Amino acid sequence: MLITCPYCGPRDVIEFTYQGDGNRERPDPASQNFEAWNAYVYDRLNPAGDHNEIWQHSGGCRAHLRVVRNTLTHEISSVAFVRGDHSSAARRKAEDKP
Amino acid sequence: MAERQSPLEPEFHVGSHGNFEHGVEILLTETRPGSIVQLAAWPGEEKKLMAAIRAVSGLALPDGAGGGLSDGAKSVFGFAPGKFTVTDEAEGLAAAFAKAVTPAIGTVTDLSHGRTAIRIAGPKAEWVLSKFFAIDFVLPAFPVGAGRSTTHHDVFAQIQRTGTDQFDIYVFRSFARSFWKALCHASEEVGYEVQ
Repeated sequence: MLITCPYCGPRDVIEFTYQGDGNRERPDPASQNFEAWNAYVYDRLNPAGDHNEIWQHSGGCRAHLRVVRNTLTHEISSVAFVRGDHSSAARRKAEDKP
Repeated sequence: MAERQSPLEPEFHVGSHGNFEHGVEILLTETRPGSIVQLAAWPGEEKKLMAAIRAVSGLALPDGAGGGLSDGAKSVFGFAPGKFTVTDEAEGLAAAFAKAVTPAIGTVTDLSHGRTAIRIAGPKAEWVLSKFFAIDFVLPAFPVGAGRSTTHHDVFAQIQRTGTDQFDIYVFRSFARSFWKALCHASEEVGYEVQ
């Protein structure tokens, strides 16, 4: 499986670390809403199809990435920086245009 | 200043090795830069950091992920968003950057004693490195001056292409000897010379 890092380009999955489900929303740390905390810790969609995930390119640029992966085919349909579009990444996209 | 010892010393054997009867196709050496510095910009401060790199080193970074250049003595390349590695044959680069890179722009980390720089050159350099790293080494995909960060068996490595058939590899000092031995083994079948 290849993941196309927005900074480094296509790299083998061995360079990446899975950081978990990208659909989770962490409640406010001061929140006393135990149902929200329970959902954050335990509830997962487990879809058969496209899944939002967080990966870190730990063996490369170390950026955290928002990846959409199909759990049936391993097809990666989108990769973006968690932190939003980084200027140098935008340049990489421009550079790759033939 | 005390003489800096190389971690490769016990395994650094100058001369030709391996299958070199038909000629040496790989040159291996340690470049021993006096300074290796890592610079990181806070979000949105990348352009200011690139300007500071130009002011201190005289090297104008090209735009683009992994872009870089080398003037022989000094080298610079991007290895992650907003992060750059700068090296110099002379010592004292970190002190110079500490003045130019203000806390509002980013951070300066002196890695001069933390990394070992290994140079691989020759017509088979791309071919040998392809055995180590799952990245594209051909010239259009990896232009001269550009940098890449990747791993070899979980050992992090930064690679800069400093010539059409020459690469500088920065590895952790503590892993440098084992990486060097692996590089020598991988170069045996085409014949290599240690300089």
